[in-house]
Amino acid sequence: MAEVVLILKKEIDIKLEAEAITPDAFAGKSAEEIGKLEIWQGPKTYPLAEFFDVERNEGDFAGETAEDTLIRIKGDMLRVKKIGEGMTAGRIEIEGSAGMHVGTGMKGGEILVSGDADSWAGMEMEGGLLHIKGNAGDHVGCAYRGSWHGMKGGHIVIEGSARHQLGGGMDGGEIFVEGNVEGFCGIRQTGGLIAVRGGALRTVGVEMSGGTLLIGGRIERFSPGFEYVGSETGPSFGDFEYAGEFKKFTGDFAISKRAKGVLYVAADANPGL
Amino acid sequence: MAGTIAIKNGYVFDPLNEINGDVMDIFIRDGKVVRELSAAEMQDAKVIDATGMTVMAGGVDSHSHVAGAKVNAGRQMRPEDHYKTNLMKTDLTHSGSGYTVPSVYKQGYDYAAMGYTTVFEAAVPPLEARHTHEEMRATPMLDMGGYLVLGNNWFLMRYLRDGEFDRAAAYVAWMMKTHKTYGIKCVNPAGVENWGWGDNVNNLDQANIHFEMTPREMIKGLAEVNEMLGMPMPLHLHANNLGHPGCYEITKDSLKIPDGIKAKQKMDVEWAETKMDPSRDRSVYLTHLMFNSFAGTSWGDCESGVKDVADYINNKDHVVIDSGCTPFGEATVMTGDGPAIHDLYTLTGNKWSNADIELECGSGVLPFTYLKANPVHSLQWAMGLETLLLIKDPWKTIMTTDSPNGGPFTKYPVVMAWLMSEASRKQTFSECHKWANDRSELGGVDRELSLYDIAILTRANTARTIGMAHRKGSLGLGADGDVTVYNLNPQKLDSNNYEELIRAFARAEYTIKAGEIVAKNGEIVSVPEKRTYYSEVHVEDEKEKEMLVDVKEWFRYYTLGFANYPTPEKYLANPTPIQINKER
Repeated sequence: MAEVVLILKKEIDIKLEAEAITPDAFAGKSAEEIGKLEIWQGPKTYPLAEFFDVERNEGDFAGETAEDTLIRIKGDMLRVKKIGEGMTAGRIEIEGSAGMHVGTGMKGGEILVSGDADSWAGMEMEGGLLHIKGNAGDHVGCAYRGSWHGMKGGHIVIEGSARHQLGGGMDGGEIFVEGNVEGFCGIRQTGGLIAVRGGALRTVGVEMSGGTLLIGGRIERFSPGFEYVGSETGPSFGDFEYAGEFKKFTGDFAISKRAKGVLYVAADANPGL
Repeated sequence: MAGTIAIKNGYVFDPLNEINGDVMDIFIRDGKVVRELSAAEMQDAKVIDATGMTVMAGGVDSHSHVAGAKVNAGRQMRPEDHYKTNLMKTDLTHSGSGYTVPSVYKQGYDYAAMGYTTVFEAAVPPLEARHTHEEMRATPMLDMGGYLVLGNNWFLMRYLRDGEFDRAAAYVAWMMKTHKTYGIKCVNPAGVENWGWGDNVNNLDQANIHFEMTPREMIKGLAEVNEMLGMPMPLHLHANNLGHPGCYEITKDSLKIPDGIKAKQKMDVEWAETKMDPSRDRSVYLTHLMFNSFAGTSWGDCESGVKDVADYINNKDHVVIDSGCTPFGEATVMTGDGPAIHDLYTLTGNKWSNADIELECGSGVLPFTYLKANPVHSLQWAMGLETLLLIKDPWKTIMTTDSPNGGPFTKYPVVMAWLMSEASRKQTFSECHKWANDRSELGGVDRELSLYDIAILTRANTARTIGMAHRKGSLGLGADGDVTVYNLNPQKLDSNNYEELIRAFARAEYTIKAGEIVAKNGEIVSVPEKRTYYSEVHVEDEKEKEMLVDVKEWFRYYTLGFANYPTPEKYLANPTPIQINKER
């Protein structure tokens, strides 16, 4: 796999929108051509080389195809939005934090963020893997404002915690969170899996009509539209296992009488349920 | 010289002048079609070589939702409609966004790219007329006008109930002037008033709450008032019971009401030269027939009732319709028919908005997606095309998608291809739910419309129907110099190659507005001035005075003062009043 290295060369004031940073856009291009790709800052576009040094580990080019292309990004990217938007293959490794909309609408390939990710990570994602080693902001794998169709496929793994509206409107795919989430986790979920090892604040799974949602810690305020159906010990999903006893609910019946969402809640952490 | 151009050697389709694909030159001087240009004028004129191409008058859309409060409500409630569809600013053009409910600038450019130069807003609530005019003024290039929603207006319901036709006519005339609007729109007559009380009307003879008016009385009354005044267009009717299985019967019965009311257009205008009589002869213009043509009793057993309505229209000469085609994909449903939107909300659970417009009307908005896998949506697709293919005389039909209700106007090219190509329809049948074929007649239709027919459905008949044929819809002497050149050779037309048709219609080779090239191959190259048309309807001063005493009396029910009610002319881009009923 050919490796292109982007090194941030100056401090960024107005945030950049860098949907051009994808293996798809880089594939088959020389360092010079990559440096000419357009990046938005406010109402203007600049060549990528204005903000980044473009280097490579070997050879003259990025990979022939997106699949053969790895983009390694050095520096703090918290002020760079849309990295990896819509990518279909290849790999991006961000050696630091990522700005808003990292991996938005991605269809394939992998993104590794070694720091934190700002809000809207993996928004409306369709495939591939987005791996965040730190914490994530709001709206992970969520639908865009106004839309009710969030993540459709692929995987998001967050080793830290995430904030509000994780997996909002999710239709498919899987999100695993090792830490905690806040409000509205899995709102309007219709399919797919969200598994959170830690706790949640409130409004978990509200208006969900399908899919599976698991909270391994305490839910501060449980939503009223769920019906208890039984208990299960140690549910597991692929590589992720959740020890202990879980109470299983279906819902959310607050809106629809035919809702088929499944909600697992750790029994020990939620004695009142 | 601005507005002077020669379009040479194209295949010209001009149905109002019975020109069917003749190779001709079109000359325009100072924005108007002329017989020829002098040698001196030719030297300064732009010349377009249209050899091997199709030439028509600029497109005229007679029913589209493009400006005003409900369109804007659609924009506001649909950020998801905007973030993927963006238009970059250029030195000449504004930025814009939006797919089914684009921003006003994008809307103008998108229409121009397809060869349209004139668009009429289908529903203007009187109280929202200022807002509508502000948006029309901001929409670049397009000549526009709007229809005033009057089917549930308190004053008119009262006048018509009491048999005071003179006052009703004086009121309509005054309202057209006051709000700078063009024709009478009638939405779910008597029903929207009931919606203010959480109800609707279910048949033509059900009296509504408080006013005790029936839909039949409203339709008859307004159609009569329309002809008493000599309005440019027929009564524009959105029939009752829209979008319900079994509604085709009420639609057919509604069309019978204005049968026998004679069309009397009394316009004081200069008429462009046409071979056909360009004045209108219809007393009712029914809109989006597809949505009003469901047979059956429920969504489980519903089927197309278009055949039945089409048979009626085939045997009558007082009706003209537009189709309301649904070309699949994203749409935003918006209408003055508040209860119909509520029904769609209960059906879909989608987000929605509804508004009551004081003493005048109502409205609602809801995002909608037409899916090929959905049986009812597939049936609707077939029904929309049936309306245009089963009604035999193209002079009774107009092609629309009721944009953005059935889909955005940018889908017109796809609809044209379906109309012109049986192969294209077969292809779609193979992709969509079998209800499209099983529950409509469309599968048995082998009719393929010609370019001449398309010119009727998208220009000639739209202009003639709404009374704009004095300057739009033809290339006759004195007509506006609005021309579309499509890169389509009629000699080599192959209806099996429908992709080619779609491509050609989607981006006109040239769009010419008042003799200036505004778009070339879809790219905007100039943004000239536009006009706004409205009806300045004259009635006897005495009658107007009497009527205004009433109106002022009842104005205490409005939330604004009488003096603030009118829309001043300064809200209009190049206001162009059309004198109606001047010679009495």
